[in-house]
Amino acid sequence: MPSAFKKALDSGKFVVTCEAAPSKGTNLENMKHHIALLKDKVDAMNVTDHQSSVMRYPSLGGALLVKEMGGEPILQMTCRDRNRLALQADLLFAASRGINNVLCLTGDSVMLGDHKDAKAVFDLDSSQLVAAIRRLESGKDMAGNELDGGVRFCAGAIVTPEANPIEPQLIKFEKKIEAGAEFIQTQAVYDLDNFKKFMEYARQFPVKVLAGVILLTSAPMARFMNKNVAGVTVPQDLIDEMASAPKGGALNKGIEIAGRMIRRIKEENMCDGVHIMAIGKEEKVIDIMAAAGL
Amino acid sequence: MIRSITQQKSIEEIERLTDGMGRIFIIGCGTCVTLTRTGGAPEVAAMQQQLTEKGKVVTGTTVVPVACDNLTMDMLKEFQNPLKQADGLLIMTCAFGVQTIARQISKMVIPALDTLFVGKETGAGEFNEVCLQCGTCIIGETGGICPVTTCHKGLVNGPCGGTNNGKCEIDSNKDCAWTLIYNRLKDLGRLDAMRKYQKPRNHLGEPTPGKFKIPASA
Ligand code: SF4
Ligand code: SF4
Repeated sequence: MPSAFKKALDSGKFVVTCEAAPSKGTNLENMKHHIALLKDKVDAMNVTDHQSSVMRYPSLGGALLVKEMGGEPILQMTCRDRNRLALQADLLFAASRGINNVLCLTGDSVMLGDHKDAKAVFDLDSSQLVAAIRRLESGKDMAGNELDGGVRFCAGAIVTPEANPIEPQLIKFEKKIEAGAEFIQTQAVYDLDNFKKFMEYARQFPVKVLAGVILLTSAPMARFMNKNVAGVTVPQDLIDEMASAPKGGALNKGIEIAGRMIRRIKEENMCDGVHIMAIGKEEKVIDIMAAAGL
Repeated sequence: MIRSITQQKSIEEIERLTDGMGRIFIIGCGTCVTLTRTGGAPEVAAMQQQLTEKGKVVTGTTVVPVACDNLTMDMLKEFQNPLKQADGLLIMTCAFGVQTIARQISKMVIPALDTLFVGKETGAGEFNEVCLQCGTCIIGETGGICPVTTCHKGLVNGPCGGTNNGKCEIDSNKDCAWTLIYNRLKDLGRLDAMRKYQKPRNHLGEPTPGKFKIPASA
């Protein structure tokens, strides 16, 4: 049976997903609070996998929590920390516990995180992980051995529409779709005219696209992303708009901008939905959706 | 020519490794480490001075022509006495040299250098790692640029999301392998090779430790 998220994607409605960030430690109160707040407002919640290579509570545990609390989880899986045995085993576990959506990522370098001396794995890459999921669905593991009990996933991957140069990124995007990705979440987009051009290209593929929206919290934060986050470009006029906010009003300005962008994406029917990333401010997703008229 | 690329360990680490060794013999090498200025004659002389200042007795020093060559043992014959007097050998060669010497002399060997990679001199004073000797060479499909080595994550199907203006997410001084490969294949009119899905790699083409024997002819 298709997952609730898959049904939402196929229904033609404007899909909204957000994130639940696992805690550093076993105190899950904050994550539970965000899940309770958001689970009925969005179509699915992504649970991040040691985001930025910082060791945290596992995405599998977080996804299970979303499930237990009545939400629809999307399990993020990177290829950084597990070889193909461990990835397949975790997929079997996820399937056995009703976690049926997976977002496949390569994963950031270990060097960007908080365990800089750790051994990086990258046995598989993101497109190979998507292919591995399709393989498990066929009833066999990657080595060709029969599985006792099958799996069914809605599998997705990532694209960075503003990568420079863009062509290698698009070749990888197409490989992910060929490998079997059903949905694509994008890295944050701010220049929607650019994004429209990307979508004119992406529309030719049989894949649902959710535009990535990162909540801007201040002008310095926007400048920081421009400088430090690969493939993210906040245009100067948005930075100026953030800077023009009255003292203490930057966050509200960011919510207004995110809401405005989502409204335009929806009204102009640019893609199939949005993935809202309100990093560290998850409760604001509700305000962003209200500002977007959702 | 392939070169063994090294970097000197900190003097603190060398002190820790030589703790309790009052008398030291120092060995440098005339090949790669001379080129990279990490273990040639000037560096051996500087090390001798540093150790002497720290109160150690340097029983002798030498710079052998090619430390990883088996002839190194003949080269060291003339230093029998100072070698015998030493509590340890501080070896300013790459780890191939250190191991060549360790196999022949029953003394503790202390590497003074960290061996970083086997690389190629790609410009004046610039060395790059171009092959990890993975045992399952795939550069026939990437225009001769190795993604296993040149890509920080060893990705074989295209770039990760960290690629930034043609550079790698870990260091803006390092090229993104997949920008290089894309440009090369585009020039060659062979982007189809990049579009081809690459299956998961065989990571055990030659299980570590690698071993090779010329087959006996029939
Ligand atoms: S694929 Fe790369 S690392 Fe492996 S043998 Fe070829 S050049 Fe060397
Ligand atoms: S930025 Fe390029 S070279 Fe660096 S890990 Fe990603 S794909 Fe590999």
